[in-house]
Amino acid sequence: MTINIDKRGTGPVLDIDHLKVTFATDAGDVYAVKDVSLEVNQGEVVAIVGESGSGKTVTAKTILGLLPETAISSGAVLINGNNVISVSASKLRQIRGRDVAMVFQEPSTALNPVFTVGWQIAEGIRAHAGGEGKRVSAKEAKARAIEALRKVGIPDPEDRVDYYPHQFSGGQKQRVVIAAALALNPGLIVADEPTTALDVTVQAEILQLLRDLRDKYGTSIVLITHNMGVVADLADRVVVMYQGDVVEEAPAKVLFAEPKQGYTRKLLAAVPHLGRNSASQGMTTRAHQDRKVLVEAKGLTIEYPGRLGSPSFKAVDGVSFTLSEGEVFGLVGESGSGKTTIGRAIAGLNRTTGGSLKVLGYEMLNLKERTFKPLRKEIGFVFQDPAASFNPQLTIGDCVAEPLVIHSNPTPAQARKRVGELLESVQLPASYADRFPHELSGGQRQRASLARALILNPKLLIADEPTSALDVSVQAVVLELFKDIQQEFGFAALFISHDLAVVDILSHWVGVLYKGKLVEQGLGTQVMGDPQHDYTRRLIASLPVPDPDEQARRREANRSLLAG
Amino acid sequence: MTTPTTVEPTADPRASLIRRLPVISHFNKSVGLQRGMLVAGLILTGAFLLTAIFAPLLAPYGYSQLSDADGNFPAQQAPGGKHLLGTTVGGYDVLSRVIWGSQTAIMVIVVAVLMSIFIGVILGLVSGYIGGWLDRILVVIADAIYAFPSLLVAIVMAIVISGGQSSLLGGIMAAAISITVVFIPQYFRVIRAETIRLKAEPFVESAKVVGASNIRIMSRHIYKNATRTLPLIFTLNASEAILTLAGLGFLGFGIEPSSAAEWGFDLKQALADTTSGIWWTGVFPGLATVLTVVGLTLMGESINDLNDPRLRGRKKAASGKGGPASTAGTQAALQAEVRGS
Repeated sequence: MTINIDKRGTGPVLDIDHLKVTFATDAGDVYAVKDVSLEVNQGEVVAIVGESGSGKTVTAKTILGLLPETAISSGAVLINGNNVISVSASKLRQIRGRDVAMVFQEPSTALNPVFTVGWQIAEGIRAHAGGEGKRVSAKEAKARAIEALRKVGIPDPEDRVDYYPHQFSGGQKQRVVIAAALALNPGLIVADEPTTALDVTVQAEILQLLRDLRDKYGTSIVLITHNMGVVADLADRVVVMYQGDVVEEAPAKVLFAEPKQGYTRKLLAAVPHLGRNSASQGMTTRAHQDRKVLVEAKGLTIEYPGRLGSPSFKAVDGVSFTLSEGEVFGLVGESGSGKTTIGRAIAGLNRTTGGSLKVLGYEMLNLKERTFKPLRKEIGFVFQDPAASFNPQLTIGDCVAEPLVIHSNPTPAQARKRVGELLESVQLPASYADRFPHELSGGQRQRASLARALILNPKLLIADEPTSALDVSVQAVVLELFKDIQQEFGFAALFISHDLAVVDILSHWVGVLYKGKLVEQGLGTQVMGDPQHDYTRRLIASLPVPDPDEQARRREANRSLLAG
Repeated sequence: MTTPTTVEPTADPRASLIRRLPVISHFNKSVGLQRGMLVAGLILTGAFLLTAIFAPLLAPYGYSQLSDADGNFPAQQAPGGKHLLGTTVGGYDVLSRVIWGSQTAIMVIVVAVLMSIFIGVILGLVSGYIGGWLDRILVVIADAIYAFPSLLVAIVMAIVISGGQSSLLGGIMAAAISITVVFIPQYFRVIRAETIRLKAEPFVESAKVVGASNIRIMSRHIYKNATRTLPLIFTLNASEAILTLAGLGFLGFGIEPSSAAEWGFDLKQALADTTSGIWWTGVFPGLATVLTVVGLTLMGESINDLNDPRLRGRKKAASGKGGPASTAGTQAALQAEVRGS
């Protein structure tokens, strides 16, 4: 232990030198990391940013020696003088937990549901010998687990140490994962997308916690993320990766202020920035109110039946809104706010249980599939995950043509022609109709998904988080396309997202959902610029902006709001 | 994982048809021990199939032949001479009975497995997709059949169908139907579980939103995706079908020796011979059963492993040129490390 502390004072905590990682796959070798060198000093937060496929997660896994068998790596990853790539398995076990620990993306799967959190934290402590090579007693391990929980700000750690993971909320679970990482006081924590699975308000808390760890205990953090806002909020230094190579490395402030490489500039430009490029810019009153109302909800309530003996769960609670022809309505909310439930109810995928929901004049409260079916051709739906929303056995052309085939029975030549037109209008070559879904990239698939939703020229389009599975640069392109097509086709759209900035770019009118209630609605600029409801204020304050200086100012200004 | 190859298609749909066929695509994917297992399984199964197809050419005598131009066959003659594998107590030629037996076995497998796949898939699709009381009743029936020992069910079915007596067709049908009854619940459960999983997939929901009818969703979207595992169950069940058929024959519910050759029946006849040191009447039909079952099981198991990207062995990635790992020593170590060898 003493040796570690000495070393911490002098050299870098982590030194990666010319790292290469290659995977053997069915399609041949994949060079996931081509040539990466970086250093992390004591008490420094280094962010590795990049889009999917850039090799950032593989780099992080190499630091802990967690690569699968099909991978081979070369180069050096030095942690306190030990090369992780070449050390023996038993030495590697000693390094893990003591010198370096990992925080995973999804806290609910990183914790074992059948053990108490205290046991799981103590597991790491007991795996490493105590002071003079002795085993740590159960009692002492528990005491240290309580200490770790207190460090990460879990209230009443003495009691909560015996709780099971399901008794914690998502944010608290991530705190527990961080506590387990901290239990042995490692000099370095590798956090792989630590806030991606969390809501923005919770994300702000976890970022604050990580910042405190660095300030109080001098822990170094390697932060893997794709979110530029998170980088701006936390990182001291940023490493930008692209297709397995380091593109640029610079202190955070320098990188955001004057990015040198073209790729970094493109990446930063693609990040949606709250308050810029708003769709409701310059509007003073709600648009399209003279047109026909397509969707009208009055006191809409949707309940999911509870289990025997427990009350039913109200996912949507007395929500009222209207959506007129040609209008884009943005619905924002965190997970569990009921936004997706509303979208699905409009498309007839969920049943409503109370109030009134009229879609194109049809009362959804007594939905009968047979009578609703003719209306379905007026409604398009874009799903969140473009990979899962296409039948893997059919070609893109067959998938896109499906609505046409069901509703109008065209000849194959007609269908083909129409599919070609639609693919062109979402900026895909018509020849892509012969490809299979897995042969397209995520962004291309989502465009094809848009083409499928639009093939019957619907009056209403429901888009449920259409860009949240995409990389930022792809997201920017898809959003731009969506905006253009909406103007060209003139359909009304219900745009559902958890991301305020994204909603603001597209929507004329924005509604904020919180725990099933519509707490605020108004013009995009009004809701974002001058939020009335406390929750909306908190939501906007939690959203990190991709600019370190501005984010630091916002953090200070909103400290009281976030604490409350 | 951020490697670009997370989407794992089972086979490139545009590769040539031959390379996409189940067994051939698996062979191309395999390395090391897994390839060895697959090849051993393929050879045994291939030998079994060829024997069955060319039985009339291969077998020196008919399955119920007791004499030729030289007169009656001697009983219990040791292997050698005119009768390569000897003769049974009844005077049948063992080699001919073993070869003709493969034909009976394959007919039973084909009929049994095809019937159970056909019925099991339809019931599974409908039950899983529609759900409700229909699903509950079908699941209870399937569970009830599961609860019986499969051989017992097969015996009962054999008695019901043929009254214990049998011609060639009657015997094969009786054996096949009794095996079918045992197997339907397996296919039913697999397809039902897949259907329930697929029902919640976005692509099925997107078909629903578009207004596709239930029959269209079942036939176009779920059917193809749910039946991917069938070739695997097929090979595993084929070996089980052979064992059930042999079991039926051994217990006396099989096919009479005058109407077809059947390994289980021959084993039963050979039971009394063992004490008098006559080994050839029992060993050869037994060996034929064992080799066929081993072949089919090896093939099924290795296809199972190859279908799962996590179990499939791969050649190690070759390291980039000029890197520290490209020295001769590392290369040798890599070759030694090729998994499964």
